[in-house]
Amino acid sequence: MSAADEKRREARSYLIGYALALALTLPIFALVAWDLLPKVAIWWATGVAAIVQIVVHFRFFLHIRLKGQKQEDLHLILFTTLILLLMGGGTLWLLWNLHARMM
Amino acid sequence: MNTWSDVWGFPFGRLTWDALPVMDIFKADGRTELLSGITGTAAAGMAVLGFVLVVILITVKGWWRPLWSEWLTSVDHKKIGIMYIVFSFVMLARALAEAFVMRSQQVVGHDGGGIVMPEHFAQLFTTHGTIMIFFMAMPFLTGMINFAMPLQIGARDVAFPVLNSVSLMLTIAGGVILMVSLVLEPFSTGGWTGYPPYTELSYNPGAGPDYWIWAVTLSSVGSTFTGLNFAVTIYKKRCPGMTLMRMPLFTWTSLCTSILMIFAMPPLTIATALLALDRYMGFHFFTNGGGGNMMNYANLFWLFGHPEVYILILPAFGIWSEVFATFSGKTLYGYTALVIATMAIAVLSFTVWVHHFFTMGQSANLNAAFGIATMLIGVPTGVKIYDWMLTMYRGRVRISVPMLYAIAFLFLFTIGGLSGILLANPTIDYQTHNTLFLVAHFHNMLIPGLLYGMIAGYTMWFPKAFGFRLDERWGYRAAWCWIIGFMGAFFPLYVLGLMGMPRRMSGYFTGEWLPWTIIALGGAAVILAGFLSLIVQLWVSVRDRKRLAVPVGDPWDGRSLEWGLPAPAPEWNFPALPRVEGRDAFATLKASGRDLGPPEDGFEDIWLPKNAAFGPVIGALGTALAFTLTWHMWWAVLPLAALVPLVIIAQGFRRNTEKRIPAEEVRKEWRAFRELAARTPRVPRSSEYTRDNRGHAIPMAQEAAR
Amino acid sequence: MNQKTRHPGLNLGPKHQSADDQAETEVFGFWVFMMSDAILFGLLMATYVVMRPNTNGGPGPQELFELKSIFIETMLLLTSSVAIGFSHLALKHEPRPVKMVLWLLVAMALALGFVGFEVHDFLKMFSEGGTPQRSGFLSAFFALVPLHGLHVTFSCLWAVAILGQMLVYGLDDRVKLSMVRLAVLWHFLDIVWIGIFSIVYIGGLA
Ligand code: HEM
Ligand SMILES: [Cu+2]
Repeated sequence: MSAADEKRREARSYLIGYALALALTLPIFALVAWDLLPKVAIWWATGVAAIVQIVVHFRFFLHIRLKGQKQEDLHLILFTTLILLLMGGGTLWLLWNLHARMM
Repeated sequence: MNTWSDVWGFPFGRLTWDALPVMDIFKADGRTELLSGITGTAAAGMAVLGFVLVVILITVKGWWRPLWSEWLTSVDHKKIGIMYIVFSFVMLARALAEAFVMRSQQVVGHDGGGIVMPEHFAQLFTTHGTIMIFFMAMPFLTGMINFAMPLQIGARDVAFPVLNSVSLMLTIAGGVILMVSLVLEPFSTGGWTGYPPYTELSYNPGAGPDYWIWAVTLSSVGSTFTGLNFAVTIYKKRCPGMTLMRMPLFTWTSLCTSILMIFAMPPLTIATALLALDRYMGFHFFTNGGGGNMMNYANLFWLFGHPEVYILILPAFGIWSEVFATFSGKTLYGYTALVIATMAIAVLSFTVWVHHFFTMGQSANLNAAFGIATMLIGVPTGVKIYDWMLTMYRGRVRISVPMLYAIAFLFLFTIGGLSGILLANPTIDYQTHNTLFLVAHFHNMLIPGLLYGMIAGYTMWFPKAFGFRLDERWGYRAAWCWIIGFMGAFFPLYVLGLMGMPRRMSGYFTGEWLPWTIIALGGAAVILAGFLSLIVQLWVSVRDRKRLAVPVGDPWDGRSLEWGLPAPAPEWNFPALPRVEGRDAFATLKASGRDLGPPEDGFEDIWLPKNAAFGPVIGALGTALAFTLTWHMWWAVLPLAALVPLVIIAQGFRRNTEKRIPAEEVRKEWRAFRELAARTPRVPRSSEYTRDNRGHAIPMAQEAAR
Repeated sequence: MNQKTRHPGLNLGPKHQSADDQAETEVFGFWVFMMSDAILFGLLMATYVVMRPNTNGGPGPQELFELKSIFIETMLLLTSSVAIGFSHLALKHEPRPVKMVLWLLVAMALALGFVGFEVHDFLKMFSEGGTPQRSGFLSAFFALVPLHGLHVTFSCLWAVAILGQMLVYGLDDRVKLSMVRLAVLWHFLDIVWIGIFSIVYIGGLA
């Protein structure tokens, strides 16, 4: 593959990422701006869109793929996710539990 | 009426003469207050005296220049490792002295009086705990890893040598702050955990908690960088053939510890930073009013705190693995099981933190979940104990000094582990929480587990660092003192805990406790003797360094790469990056009559990082910032804070950061070393502790065949 | 492109051989640091969520947050992330650094615009009684969101330092490596922002 091809392909990666990110962000803001859904539904939609958008950023801006790269890069991200889930989830569980018991 | 100086804290902020411990003597009202003042003054005096003596010694000997150019600015991982360990010995001395004072107080304080006031006692357990964890144990293990790990994986240095120096200097900066707090009082009274409300503004507006916050913050930032550095080194700097599953077990545990550091330090950084925001800017994170919630703090702190205890113990597990294999003359039993157990422990350690506050009020189900997770950690740990015992089975076991510690560790650590399994049960923990039972438990893990491991590693690798063995007679004496002293000092605490004696108590009126505290004081005295023996051992060994010299570098018939190098190891470590063909890389080479060199494709120039003043400068800035923040000297805080990014940017402009070691020089040195080895007779294991042992071992395979 | 990717972020590839060789370790190290930072932000977000009800009788999200400016900030930061990507691309493919510098300046301008809007938000919150001292909720907000803003500000400072190094040394390996790391940082901060606008702003305004 020529350098020019590579350059075009890589530039496209950023633009695809940009488009996807916009497609995931704009509707969320629209939902909130015009109150299109009940609160909890918006939360769920936001959560899903955020997770997908994070994956999009990893894939198209940071060029992390499932294959074809040093394994440790992906492992590190997955391990970080695990730790975040453990720490964040545990914190919410614990403090909400305490909160409920003090009511 | 000088508002300018009020607002800017010019020149001394809120620092007044009252900060000097001597003032406590003048203001003393009553016997205990007087004694307390004298104790504090004596401690401060000793710190100042020690400092002055060191300065005089360095000046008289003309060591300032070499100290700066060969040590402080050095980015050689071996020297950085040695500096970490020297630092941790200094801090150990202070924390042990404090432990002794506490033990004494709990004897003489049985009528409510004693030699230190409750506030003073609170400072003692706070500094003791903070130092032991952050400024003794952490630097000790970081020093060990720094020294040995790059050698074990066949690397020239760590991945980021200058960052390594920054980590060291940040850690030392925290230690300096602790030493300063001895002279300019007070330190925090909130324990090593620094729980609010004890550390909140409304309860303690003084300088103490601020000292604690900044000392711990400096150390935690340093440790984050250390973890990063080690993990990247192990991932990216292994020599050809050194696959992950061929790494020595110490390197494995170093990797797991580094990963824990990367992920467990942030919660601590957050906890101390938010506490600082509360105290400095009136935020409401952990306050009673204003919508704060101090339970958040307990949660954040232990999100760090539990992984931290595995950060502390895993490198020791690695050292034990090396000790058992080396001094049994056998390959490690169950290598794969040990690797998996280490990784399992590392991951599980993130799932158990709630066991430190079972009594905080959350539901029984939640406690049960964390209790079960805690007990699960016992499984991989048990696997390790069996693997170590099976390593000895049918080995050529020598009860050397490290091995003596190792065997004591097997027994004592198991006892401590059993008491931990008890505590993991929330219903039992409700009874023993905050009693001396807990204090006995964690000392039972930390002293035989971590500290013995560090001393064993220090004994084992000392010859590699300095070229001579440590005197064995004093080594045995020290070991026996540590073992017997530990049992004397801490087994009584299990009893006291079950009798209901709370931790962190300076005085009491319960007669039945007294005999046990007396025994514990006796044990502490024996431990102190053990520490002094280590000092004497060092002295004697330096004096007799000719007799103890092991220039060929393999005094214990070692198994991993570092033992193939001369002692002391050259700055460039390896003449050429080794090629590894299996586990126990050096043992394999020796068995087939080979050694680490000379390189097949000839000697090449070696590039090494040049010295850098960046680390010491950042360390000095860190110390100054911490001090001025603690005492509210705002006029100095601002420029210092602005200097930090400037210095970092200036460092970015450095070029030509490497120096060249010519191939010819490497060749000459290595040839000389090989010739020396050829001249030096090999010794069997029975002569390990004699003056015949010049570091040239008969490989175990050949000795067994005879 | 069959060559393995060696590190997160756009790889410079064989045309910049020596920088690319060093990048594997350097960028991996930086990436590990980012992950440690991610834990920091994640925990601050968790803290924010648990402190969110503690308004202590003070103003809450509905009174304080303004959707329009959050939207503008989000767009600015996202676009600046793409701009830094193009700067990085230019570094990789262009013989001369003109385009790289131009895109870098665009990215900086957008990021500084983001910071400007944030400062405007905070000042507005202050004027409505939304100071960090007011409640646990506001404390948690002001520990999390400005920390991200500070990261963005320091990234811009770093960009200036890189430009300074270029003036002195030209486009040498150190500058290239710094650019690669800066781009990784920039993208990372955008990911953190996704978390912040979702949890703090959308979560608070929905
Ligand atoms: C070697 C002899 C040692 C002795 C005699 C000793 C003695 C003590 C004593 C008397 C206390 C206070 C107990 C209480 O609360 O009533 C204490 C607390 C503590 N020690 Fe040690 N200790 C020793 C070694 C260590 C080591 C090696 C470590 C860690 C590596 C350590 C870590 C701690 C910690 C974390 C605390 C808790 C401080 C607090 O309450 O906040 N100690 N120790
Ligand atoms: Cu624990």
